[in-house]
Amino acid sequence: MLRIEGLTKTYKTGDKALSDVSFEAPQGQVIGLIGPSGAGKSTLIRCINRLVEPSSGAVWLNEVNLPTLRSGELRRARRRIGMIFQEYALVERLTVMENVLSGRLGYVGFWRSFTRRYPGADIANAYRLLDRVGLMAHADKRADALSGGQRQRVGIARALAQNPELLLIDEPTASLDPKTSRQIMRLIVEICRERNLPAIINIHDVVLAQQFSDRIIGLQSGRMVFDGPPSGLTEAVLTQIYGEEDWTAMQKGASEDAEAEAEEKAQAEKMLRAL
Amino acid sequence: MSTAYPTTWRKPPQMIQSRGLRIALAVGAVAYLVLAIGSVEVNWTRVIAGIERAQRFVAGFLQPDFNTRWRDISNGLMESLTMTFTSTVVGVLISIPIGVGAARNLAPRWIYLICRSIIAISRALQEIIVAIFFVALFGFGAFAGFLTLTFATIGFIGKLLAEDIEDIDEAQAEAIRATGASWLQLITYAIQPQVMPRLIGLSLYRLDINFRESAVIGIVGAGGIGAALNTSLSRYEYSSAGAILLIIIAIVMMAEYSSGYLRKWVK
Repeated sequence: MLRIEGLTKTYKTGDKALSDVSFEAPQGQVIGLIGPSGAGKSTLIRCINRLVEPSSGAVWLNEVNLPTLRSGELRRARRRIGMIFQEYALVERLTVMENVLSGRLGYVGFWRSFTRRYPGADIANAYRLLDRVGLMAHADKRADALSGGQRQRVGIARALAQNPELLLIDEPTASLDPKTSRQIMRLIVEICRERNLPAIINIHDVVLAQQFSDRIIGLQSGRMVFDGPPSGLTEAVLTQIYGEEDWTAMQKGASEDAEAEAEEKAQAEKMLRAL
Repeated sequence: MSTAYPTTWRKPPQMIQSRGLRIALAVGAVAYLVLAIGSVEVNWTRVIAGIERAQRFVAGFLQPDFNTRWRDISNGLMESLTMTFTSTVVGVLISIPIGVGAARNLAPRWIYLICRSIIAISRALQEIIVAIFFVALFGFGAFAGFLTLTFATIGFIGKLLAEDIEDIDEAQAEAIRATGASWLQLITYAIQPQVMPRLIGLSLYRLDINFRESAVIGIVGAGGIGAALNTSLSRYEYSSAGAILLIIIAIVMMAEYSSGYLRKWVK
């Protein structure tokens, strides 16, 4: 379980990226973090695993306050926090397998990782994860040989290889097409359900956020301006977060999208039955 | 109704706004050039003697003599090649930690400053000066040459490697850091894969620079083919010198071609 209390981040330039953010993420809850560009979404999730150092506040992950940890302890804490990135952030010249195994770096010593002699259990688990995300056949390919959706699946497998207690997900679909975006979101949500993992998904596509998360948190200039169920995202709330815009048209488009998808699914099922 | 837009456009001056100053600078530069050329003394009798020698030299070059001094040439060549290879390997091995230390995104500030100073010193001192220094310290021969080339390699590879590390895709490093990796694991998993092709390319490039340099520093006493070249020139044996130059050109071209090919291959 994750509990954030009064998290504040002021950059050296004096920009206040986060002010006094507090919330709690119970087991298995998928939280969609929305807000305009520059609202502090990226900063917030990076302050949790301290890729960005928070200025003040507490981040409790299972009774450990992350901002107080020293570097060795921080590394031990980080290995239980999986992170999935916007542009996949795979090490492109390494193979898919090496990328997945890099999720184990926090658990193995330097020589083991340098010589790629990972424990058998780690390797078996990496294969299992690749199978889970549907990339078994691509294990020995170089990461830069894969398509965007496939790379993001490798990114997910790498995060899961860490055996995480929390998933931080930074714009997972920003560089993917609409269909692949939905597949990736669905995969992430399924995995969170399977493992009862809490996840914070920083996402700027409001429709996707509504469709796939259990709870929405809205950020605006570093402040939490909304915290509630996806259904609570009314026009007034969206206007408060993003400013004036024709929200009804967008949401209508979204419901059409969902309808089309349901139809597609029904058709697929029909075909399956026919077979 | 339409507005009348201008039909001509001239590029505004980019660096110096004042027209007067621009003209003054141009006139000044030309005047200095004329005066400077005028101040160089030209001794025509020496020029004529030089041309004569050049003719003999070209004649020797056209009739290279590989045989008379073959022992000197082959010994010098072996020495140069050994010096080139060993200094490149040792130099690259030393410059890897220095290059990592000189990358602002990886090293703490004090290590960064130390490593940058080492690189700056190595780059500030030209090979010939370093060679003269090492010859004075350790005497004539290939050892001084080996040290010189190693020293020069450190500055070259260290600087370019550091710059390459500073240019990496930060997202990949961030992702590896987020897994809980240690600093060494970060280097081997996020940095090394990104810079390795370039490091190999630079090392091969340095190998062929080092061979050329080994010929030059030999002239000041650091052994190798340069020493053989120097001897034959001071004995006025232009046909042997021509042979040595031809060998150097052949080896440099071979190195150039093969390193280009290898660099393409390691992408």
